[in-house]
Amino acid sequence: MPDDLMDGRIVVVGASLAGLRAAEALREQGFTGSLTIVGDEPHPPYDRPPLSKQVLLGVAPADSTGLPMRRDPEADWVLGVRATGLDTLGQRVLLDDGESLPYDRVLIATGTRARPWPNPAEAALDGVFTVRTREDAAGLAAALDAGPRRVLVIGGGFTGSEIASACRERGLEVTVTERGPAPLVGALGGTLSKLAAAMQRNHGVDLRTGVTVTRLLGEKTFTGVELSDGNQVDADVCVVALGAVRNVEWLAESGLAAGPRGLACDAGCRAFNMYGIVTDDVFVAGDVSRFPHPLFGYQLLSLEHWGNAVTQAEVAAHNMVNPGPLRRPHLALPTFWSTQFGLNIKSVGVPTYSDHVVIAQGSLEARRLAMVYGYRGRVTAAVTVDMAKSLDYYRHLIETGAPFPPPPGAADRAIAAEIPIPSDVPDPSVLSHGPTVALTGYLPDRRLTVV
Amino acid sequence: MQTVVDLTRCQGYAQCVFLAPDVFGLHGEEGLLYAPAVPDDQVERVRQAAAACPVQAILLGEEVSGGAR
Repeated sequence: MPDDLMDGRIVVVGASLAGLRAAEALREQGFTGSLTIVGDEPHPPYDRPPLSKQVLLGVAPADSTGLPMRRDPEADWVLGVRATGLDTLGQRVLLDDGESLPYDRVLIATGTRARPWPNPAEAALDGVFTVRTREDAAGLAAALDAGPRRVLVIGGGFTGSEIASACRERGLEVTVTERGPAPLVGALGGTLSKLAAAMQRNHGVDLRTGVTVTRLLGEKTFTGVELSDGNQVDADVCVVALGAVRNVEWLAESGLAAGPRGLACDAGCRAFNMYGIVTDDVFVAGDVSRFPHPLFGYQLLSLEHWGNAVTQAEVAAHNMVNPGPLRRPHLALPTFWSTQFGLNIKSVGVPTYSDHVVIAQGSLEARRLAMVYGYRGRVTAAVTVDMAKSLDYYRHLIETGAPFPPPPGAADRAIAAEIPIPSDVPDPSVLSHGPTVALTGYLPDRRLTVV
Repeated sequence: MQTVVDLTRCQGYAQCVFLAPDVFGLHGEEGLLYAPAVPDDQVERVRQAAAACPVQAILLGEEVSGGAR
């Protein structure tokens, strides 16, 4: 009954990148029914990556990053209203203003929020920030404009590193604390994390690894931190960059398979209920989702990637308005980028799904390279530093299950003669930043260690 | 008008930097920084940049003008 699927009531919960692109795609597919988009922020969809880059560098104001539409989704926008529950039996989205929205199909795209500092009183000190929303970035940009004597960044993941980079570019003193052995190690493994650490130090960052922040100091205004090694660092601004939390709490009573790693769904973006049975009318896309990928052992992937939000939203929209045999799988390879300390870092595949790496092109010394990651003799990921044009080639190797070390032609020298080095991906539980790609399935060769 | 660049797709060819230098700029060797809000007098240049982008990573369009309920 494809005609029926093109009509009816669709509600999209989440008014950011995934929600917007899904809504556009629904209309592009020919959906003519009613479309309602609910967002807890009062703003129309805006782009978040510039918030830790252009906005902090002063290139663009925080309120200027509104996302352009591909086409008008002709939707009813319900903004500044939070969804508080999903009644899957009665097919209604419950809202915090007491109203509810009936649906025939619903798309969940509620994304993530910044993980707050665990002590609420310390987190409330003036001068303590997280960076996720437009308001967060505006507040931090203003604090940087005021010329603080030192900025302290907790967490050496991508967001923390980009913020530290922006601070140095503005000439501000900055300290980065990371519980793991180096920045970015959770996402990129040991070798590239050493390059990241060297870049930070070369650019004047006071990088402290293997330590945690035990206390934020200050009466009403933030004045510094105490570290687990007994040292104290004085600073005027604190940025908490401890990763993201999935916005799934509102689904607690829904009976869906929602948890800290996200809402599990099948490759067609259909949500699972708590019994692992796939639903017919609840779809998921973007950072809040957790989906199986055949190239990575069918483990469920949790991604925090701009590109995944777009492609998964497109697949979800397609599958919401097409009957079973015409549905498409979401098989896109995880891909992300980060610019920091003058370097352009891009990744394809899942670097943490690896046991060995080789540098296929360039070198660490040149600060320009392509690193290939392998798992049990197969190429599973590649990361380029200032070598983005090579990335598509390695994408092809990953998609075709090419052998690792990669074959001749994949490198600018005879790497088959080199001995691959261990990829040295740590257990995520020892880091204060999370990888932006998380394998959330069962890894028989990885034992959880409590530290 | 607003612009967004799919930096997953961008490979740093920098055609946009030549065509609309007031909106797009390189940051380092191949990282792209751009101003998402396009001033009226730059719209035509950004349109040309979007057309010229070898990997078609640039989107120019209107922002959603939805108000809160």
